[in-house]
Amino acid sequence: MINVEPVAVPGAPLARRNPVAKLAAALVFSFILIATLDPVAPAIAIAVELAVLPLFGVRYGVLARRAWPLLASAGGILVTLVLFAADRSGPVLVEAGPVLVTQGVLVTALGLVLRMLAVALPGIIVFATTDATDLADALIQNAKAPARFAIGALAAFRLVPLLEQEWRMISMARRARGVDAGRNPVARLRLFVSTAFALLVGAIRRGTRLAVAMDARGFDAGTPRTVARRQRFTAADGLLILGATALAGAALAVSVVLGTFRPLIG
Amino acid sequence: MVSAVGVRGFGWRHAGRKAWAVRGVDLRIDRGERVLLLGPSGAGKSTLLAALAGLLPEDSGEQEGTVEIDGLDPRKARERVGVVFQDPETQLVMARAGDDVAFGLENRGVPAEEIWPRVDEALRRVGFPYGRDRPTAALSGGEQQRLALAGALALRPGLLLLDEPTANLDPAGATLVRRAVADALDADTTLILVEHRVAEALPLVDRVVVLEPGGGVRADGSPEAVFAAHGEALAAAGVWVPGHTVPPRHATAPPGEALLAADRLGLPPRLAPTDLQVRAGEALAVLGPNGAGKSTLALLLGGLLRPGIGAATATAALAGRDARTPPHRWRAPALARRIGSVFQDPEHQFVTGTVRDELALGPRRTGQDEAAVRATVDGLLDRLGLARLAGANPYTLSGGEARRLSVATALATAPRLIICDEPTFGQDRRTWRELVDLFAELRDAGHGVVTVTHDPDFVAALADRTVTLERA
Repeated sequence: MINVEPVAVPGAPLARRNPVAKLAAALVFSFILIATLDPVAPAIAIAVELAVLPLFGVRYGVLARRAWPLLASAGGILVTLVLFAADRSGPVLVEAGPVLVTQGVLVTALGLVLRMLAVALPGIIVFATTDATDLADALIQNAKAPARFAIGALAAFRLVPLLEQEWRMISMARRARGVDAGRNPVARLRLFVSTAFALLVGAIRRGTRLAVAMDARGFDAGTPRTVARRQRFTAADGLLILGATALAGAALAVSVVLGTFRPLIG
Repeated sequence: MVSAVGVRGFGWRHAGRKAWAVRGVDLRIDRGERVLLLGPSGAGKSTLLAALAGLLPEDSGEQEGTVEIDGLDPRKARERVGVVFQDPETQLVMARAGDDVAFGLENRGVPAEEIWPRVDEALRRVGFPYGRDRPTAALSGGEQQRLALAGALALRPGLLLLDEPTANLDPAGATLVRRAVADALDADTTLILVEHRVAEALPLVDRVVVLEPGGGVRADGSPEAVFAAHGEALAAAGVWVPGHTVPPRHATAPPGEALLAADRLGLPPRLAPTDLQVRAGEALAVLGPNGAGKSTLALLLGGLLRPGIGAATATAALAGRDARTPPHRWRAPALARRIGSVFQDPEHQFVTGTVRDELALGPRRTGQDEAAVRATVDGLLDRLGLARLAGANPYTLSGGEARRLSVATALATAPRLIICDEPTFGQDRRTWRELVDLFAELRDAGHGVVTVTHDPDFVAALADRTVTLERA
C-alpha cells in the first residue's frame, strides 16, 4: 500500500498544533537553513529536529522508515561526491589506488548531504503528523486557500491508495491478454509506459465521476460554504512558528560564531 | 419541500455524437410519487436522470424540449435534488464517514451548529452501523452506498434520484441498500429509481415508466398494469421483468478430461487452502461470501498470481509439455492460448484504441498470421453482436457492450479454459441471456468454464457443479 496516513501518537503536544502553523514552521525553518553552505548549521538543525521529534509524537524508528528513500539518496550522494568531485583541496585523508579523499572534498560533500536532510526532515515530520482532512480544513480556514482547490486536492488524494491496486490489476489483465515483456528491456519499458497510460486513463475517468458526484452535492456552486470542523489558530501556533524561526536562526548564529558560515549568495 | 417533475418533449444529444441519447420524453411526476424508470441498455435512463439532477451543462450537448423541477430549470433547482450513483468508490469525497455526510451540508451553507445533528440523523436513517469517525475506505460496497445515500438525504431533497445504486454490489450489500432506501424515505420525498433488477425494486415504487430506445415513453402506469400489458416485450428487450425466467442450459454430456487441478491452493490471508478440479465440458461456479477470496482464486487458477501455498497444476490435456511448470510461470502468450481470464471490471482489460484491434491483440501476440487474425476477429464481432462497433473506442462502450467485448477478447486466442470473475454484474437481461448462451455453447464444445459469481440465477441457469468458499 502507498502509505499516506499520519503516524503520530495521538495527543503529542506539537502534533496537535494547527496544520497551517506546522507547515509554516517547517517552511521557515527549512528556508533559513538554505542560506548557508557549511556543514555545521545543518548538523545543528538536524540535532534540533531529532530532539523535538518526541514532542511531535513520532518514534525514531517510524521516522527512519518514512525517510528511508531520503537517507538512501543522501548516502549515495555522499559516496559519489567523495569519490568523484573535482575539488581535491586540503590534507589527504585516504589514498588507496585511484581513490583519493581529501578533507576539502569531505567537508563539501557532508555539507551538501546534511543540508539536504536538514531541509527535508521538517516537511516529513509535518506530513507524518498531520491528517489530510485537517490540513485542508486549516488551509481553507486559517490560510484562506480556495475550497475548490483544497477540497478538490483532498478528494483526489483519497483515491491515491487505489492506484497501486489498480496497477496490479492492469498488469495481470495484460498478462492474461498475452502481453508480457520477458527479459527484453525495450519491451519492458514499452509495457511500463502503456500500463502507466492505462492507469492514467482510469484515474481521469474516476476523477471525472468523482467531480460529477461532488457537483451533485453542491460543491463549488457559488453558495458560501460553512465549516463543520473548526480549525483554530491560537497563540501556541504562533509560538511554534516563532520557535522554529529562533532555532534555525540560532543554528546559523553558531555557524557564524565558529567561523564556518559560508553564505549561499556572495 | 417535496418536488414535482415536468418533462416535455425532452431530448439530449451529447456534443460530438450523432445519435440522441434520449429523445421525445413526456412525463409528469407528482409530489411524493415513487417511480421506477426502466428501459433496455441505451434507452437514455442515465441521461434523463442527469438532466433532472441538473448535471448536463448547457455547453456539453444539444437539448430539445424542457425539463422542470417545481417549474424551475434543474440547473437552478439543484438544492431540491439528491442523487446516488452506481459506483460507491467515486462518490465518497472525504476520508471519514461523518465528514462525508457533512460535505454536502457545508457546500449548501448550512449553519455550522446544525450540521452535526443533521449528519447523525441521516446516518441513523440509513442504518449506518458505525460512528462518524469510521474511515470510508474501510467500508464494504454496501456500506459505502448507504453512506452515499445518507449524504444525499442529509440535504433533505424534495426529489431523490437513484441511478442503479445496487448494480455494483453483492446480493447482501444490495439488500441492505434497498432496505435503507425503504426505511429512509418519507412522504416529503419524490423518488425516481433506475434499476435493472425489477423484482427487488418493486416494493420501493408505486409507478413504472418504461423508456423506448430511440425515443419516447413506451409504458407508464402501476407495476401490475405495465407488466400485464408489456411484460413479454420488456423481457425480450432486456428488462428483468418478474416472473419471466430463463430456461436453464445445463450440460447434456458428462464432463470430459481434467484441465487444471488446485491442490491446497491458497494465498493467505486472502484465500484459505482450496482443493478443486476443473474439467473440460463442464461449467463450474465458485460461490461464497465477500472476503472469501473468490477473485483471488480466479487469478490463481488463471496463472496471474503466484500461489502463497499449494499449487495449481495444468494437465497435459490443457498444456501439453508445459504441464510440468505451473501456469503462473508460463510466458503470457502461452498462457493466453490455454487459459482465458475475464476480469470483473472490463476496462482493466482494454489495451488498444478500437474494438477491432482489441480483438486482434491476443491472436497477434500468440503468433497467428494476419488472415487467421482477421477471420478470428470477424467471427467474434459477429457472434457477440459487436460488428457495428468495430471502429469504436472500447472505453466509450456501454456496460453490456464492454462486458461482451471483454469476454470476446478472452475467447480470441481460443483457450481451452475460460475463467470469469462476476461476468453478469450489473448486466441487463439481454446481455445476461447472451452470456449464459455463450458460456453454454463453449462448455458444450468441450471448453472448461469457471465463473466466480454472486448471481443465483446465473448459477441456476448454467452451472453443472458449484464450489462454495468459506471466509478465510
